[in-house]
Amino acid sequence: MEAFTVMTAVAAPMLRDNIDTDIIIPSREMKTVSKTGLSPGLFAGWRYTAIGGREPNPEFVLNQPAYAQTRILLGGSNFGCGSSREHAVWALHEYGIRAVIAPSFSPIFHGNCIRNGIVPVTLAASDIAAMAAYVAEAPQAHRVTVDLRSGEVSAGTALRYAFALEGEAREMLLEGLDAIDLTLKHRVAIQDFIDRDRRERPWIYFETSSGGAS
Amino acid sequence: MSARTLFDKLWDAHVVQDLGGGVALIAIDRIFLHERTGSVALKSLRTSGRALFDPTRVFCTMDHIVDTLPGRGDSTLMPGGSQFILETREAAREAGIRLFDVQDPLQGIVHVISPELGIVLPGATVVCPDSHTCTQGALGAFAWGIGSTEAEHALATGTLRMSRPRTLRVNFEGVLPQGVTAKDMALALISAHGSVGGNGYAVEFAGSAVRALEVEARLTLCNMATEFSAVTGFIAPDEKTFEYLKGRDGAPRGAMWDQALQQWRELVSDEGAVFDREITVHVDELAPMVTWGTSPQQAMPVTGTVPEAAAAGSSAEAHARALGYMGLEAGQSLTELSIGAAFLGSCTNSRISDLRRAAAILRGRRVASGVRAICVPGSMSVKRQAEAEGLDVIFREAGFEWREAGCSMCFFAGGESFGHRQRVISSTNRNFESRQGPETRTHIASPEVVAASAVTGRITDPRTLVVANDLAGHDLAGGRL
Repeated sequence: MEAFTVMTAVAAPMLRDNIDTDIIIPSREMKTVSKTGLSPGLFAGWRYTAIGGREPNPEFVLNQPAYAQTRILLGGSNFGCGSSREHAVWALHEYGIRAVIAPSFSPIFHGNCIRNGIVPVTLAASDIAAMAAYVAEAPQAHRVTVDLRSGEVSAGTALRYAFALEGEAREMLLEGLDAIDLTLKHRVAIQDFIDRDRRERPWIYFETSSGGAS
Repeated sequence: MSARTLFDKLWDAHVVQDLGGGVALIAIDRIFLHERTGSVALKSLRTSGRALFDPTRVFCTMDHIVDTLPGRGDSTLMPGGSQFILETREAAREAGIRLFDVQDPLQGIVHVISPELGIVLPGATVVCPDSHTCTQGALGAFAWGIGSTEAEHALATGTLRMSRPRTLRVNFEGVLPQGVTAKDMALALISAHGSVGGNGYAVEFAGSAVRALEVEARLTLCNMATEFSAVTGFIAPDEKTFEYLKGRDGAPRGAMWDQALQQWRELVSDEGAVFDREITVHVDELAPMVTWGTSPQQAMPVTGTVPEAAAAGSSAEAHARALGYMGLEAGQSLTELSIGAAFLGSCTNSRISDLRRAAAILRGRRVASGVRAICVPGSMSVKRQAEAEGLDVIFREAGFEWREAGCSMCFFAGGESFGHRQRVISSTNRNFESRQGPETRTHIASPEVVAASAVTGRITDPRTLVVANDLAGHDLAGGRL
């Protein structure tokens, strides 16, 4: 996974609450068993004039020339709610989005962002609205900076907000770490747990269980 | 030891290692996959060259993409859908995991078959790349939805790295009035506290009204925890839970059952345990609920009128937009609304008790003309049980389509859908824009409301219809894993 430290980029406001994963990538756009090739389906229901079509809807924010090269989304509350589909995050990433700033996130979507190098930034709705207003004045010039090292989002000289990420999310993103590799370093602890647990809760395990970490 | 919440006990029992900063390596007891999001996890794991940690504790079903029309096979109405079925079958075979394939007599929706087969057990951790995995918390398990990358992590390591969620207890107190159900409890909670009301919490559902619920109704309540933005929902297991599980194929037997029971009886929040937050909902005055808008929080009693103003936490713009999408006006009564379709199914409300209650309303009645009505049992076991009780005859004679098991038209995936701007009364969990089809207008409600509305052709309070109540059947037997 690619590391994220700091980025200054065009940000697009999509302040509607409850932008669910089926809006981010409609189920009908998940055409193959794959993590790639999903970005053409990103926001398909809003982005194109017809279902299944590819004619751009000029009213959709990401289709507007002013928002070319958008890398940051300014969202509403409960961003990424609905289906757990990670395809939403894969599509955002493939399109080029590296940070989503919203008042709240669905827990599953939040986790999916962290596992794929997208920074989920939680800020108050009023702060996001202030940034959206600033950005809208001149999207290409009024860029937004997300600095994961300092835990700060800023835009222009006046707007500056601190944010936090729980647990190890910040480190995972900063270092671009692969969680499976990290966890497999704990093979011995995992096996010790299983050996102990098998005695305490034998009904959890099945007869032919190998129980060995690879 | 100081008083602990049930969640503390579930968490502590699964900590393999404290990783610092509130993060722990949590042991995963059961992994469930389905063809929509599990296939990609299996494929990615195979590409990485890593092995499954323990294939005997991994299960997979075909529920999301598979057709539910009679005579179904590997081809689907969803364009490209068969690829998901074929690749999942191949990946499951290679991985050596138990697959509930299209023609398997135990096939069904993951959150219906897992409890039915005793795969989920009290005190177990259960994950699935599916947001409604919280359903399974109803048996006293810690069950939650994850992404496909996390599923791959669990498959490879038998663990997940997690930040410990905060705890919220929702106390439902009182006695549910006749005709009011677990679905209505969930919608009442979410409409009162918002669709982010439970954001980030592990939510324990407790109180006298929860204790009074049967296991299948508890599954319905916990199913909706994700619509509350919770990490999970769960209920302390009790004698009803144990009675439900006893004899199911995945449940322990003999001396091991007794040993398990002894441990499971400890799975309660101790007297005096402190939660990060508590909410109380009084159920005595609850009415059947129906959503009027495009978020589960936009719900109201079927007897009420569409709210004039946005609820706290929602903007006037969002309120107006939802009204526009749904073709409604503030102050309108929902019972005036004609429907074009009625859907009974989904991981929320497709179990045998749901079908029995709907059938009790439908017996001797006909679906109103112009209404397309569909019943999709949650599993093939539910379907067989319903047929053994003659419920299928009641549904068919009433004018319902009687389907094979699966998620079906709970969501639109490019195949079957309801019509453009068609108004649908649905026993499902999401009324998002275009969820059931392009610009389809979904009202979610209990099976009772769905059945009653199908009959009258407009959204209907089921308590206004006389109901046969001689349809109490026997508990659904499980099957062999």
